[in-house]
Amino acid sequence: MMERALSILSKEKPQDGPLLQVEGLTKFYGARIGCADVSFDLWPGEVLGIVGESGSGKSTLLSCLAGHLSPDRGRVIYAGRDTVSMAEPERRMLGRTDWAFVHQNPRDGLRMGVSAGGNVGERLMAVGARNYGAIREAASDWLGRVEISPGRIDDRPRQFSGGMQQRLQIARNLVTGPKLVFMDEPTGGLDVSVQARLLDLLRGLVRDMGLAVIIVTHDLAVARLLAHRLMVMKDGRVIEAGLTDQVLDDPQAAYTQLLVSSVLQV
Amino acid sequence: MIEIENLSKRFTLHNQGAAVIEVMTGAQLRVARGECVALTGQSGAGKSTLMRMIYGNYLAAGGSIRVGGLDVTRATPREVIALRRETLGYVSQFLRVVPRVPTRAVVAEPLLALGHAPGAAFARAEALLAQLNIPERLWGLSPTTFSGGEQQRVNIARGFAHGYPALLLDEPTASLDALNREVVLSLIEEAKARGAAIIGIFHDEAARARVADREIDVTGFTPRKAA
Repeated sequence: MMERALSILSKEKPQDGPLLQVEGLTKFYGARIGCADVSFDLWPGEVLGIVGESGSGKSTLLSCLAGHLSPDRGRVIYAGRDTVSMAEPERRMLGRTDWAFVHQNPRDGLRMGVSAGGNVGERLMAVGARNYGAIREAASDWLGRVEISPGRIDDRPRQFSGGMQQRLQIARNLVTGPKLVFMDEPTGGLDVSVQARLLDLLRGLVRDMGLAVIIVTHDLAVARLLAHRLMVMKDGRVIEAGLTDQVLDDPQAAYTQLLVSSVLQV
Repeated sequence: MIEIENLSKRFTLHNQGAAVIEVMTGAQLRVARGECVALTGQSGAGKSTLMRMIYGNYLAAGGSIRVGGLDVTRATPREVIALRRETLGYVSQFLRVVPRVPTRAVVAEPLLALGHAPGAAFARAEALLAQLNIPERLWGLSPTTFSGGEQQRVNIARGFAHGYPALLLDEPTASLDALNREVVLSLIEEAKARGAAIIGIFHDEAARARVADREIDVTGFTPRKAA
């Protein structure tokens, strides 16, 4: 069970105030804008959806937030510490403990030559878990949660379908009970039914663990069911932000109106 | 509990020649604790629009909407989320849920979100489902495959799971048979008795007459057409 998996880790008491504060975040690719002047606060337990078309800058923004790209301007304050100016080892430590990143392509987030159980267990070992039995039990439990038969614990990800690989990646990321999860189109490769199960799973985790999530998606139906708040991006800039159902049901900006009206009923 | 002052609403349709449609102006409304106010007016007069503005689903163009002291028109998303979790319930005409989530979990969710123990939350959910005559064999299934009337009852159970101090009810008795209509009306009466402020839309005139203390015709808030 989750409680058991978590007992391996040290828990800190939840802090008051935003978990993440982003101010004026800007990234250029040469003269071209990747993302510009993005500011927002994220609190524990909040799911922020970033929506927009391909090339709108949403993935660039996510990479800057998660420390995979260094922004040209702006600040990203996590639990009171500026992650833009902090030393690389410190940032990498955050990536192993407090943060998780679910990639669009599971091959970017998994070790393809390591067993499914190993992929999940490795994250636990990276934060200090050493008891083999407990690690394997946690791995097996998480495989079940993402609907991978525990009987496949010793199979390698390359023997899995694309959808199963993505579910494994999510298990690998969530097993350590991170506080902040970055997700880049996480449900893109999944069957609709598995997508639904994962949406439910994620909602439960957000509620029970006070997890904060930043999810980049072009799927407005996923955004509606998962995100509390939305930011709509176009050409690297946030053109509208607000409560998810308000942005989708009463969009103010011309672009958001076009985006929402282009989709079959969500 | 709910105080609306000089509220106005317009829609700007940027992709349809930037047409500006004024749909509401000068809306005033006060609902005290334990009081039920029915919104009336023809279809398209703005009853649901007003309700959606109170819930923070539609943005106001001007004026204020105070629910338990919070001005929804100026509140941050985070404040509106907290208001919806703790204070303001909404039973819409549509059930929107994550597919595959069992009915009892759909109904218990508002209580779990408030931090109630799962045992108590599920017990309350099941009591409401039983009261609303949803057969027990359906409780473990997702409501997405249910009939319209069953979905509506699930929606009502979910809306009444937590004792919200303020409630918005959009056609709560539509498409219900006499037996279930009676259950819903008694739930509304119980909510009033415990002090909830309720705003409802009831096309069912007998239901309206029974639970509503006052009626407000929203046609009075419709902007006069320019000559």
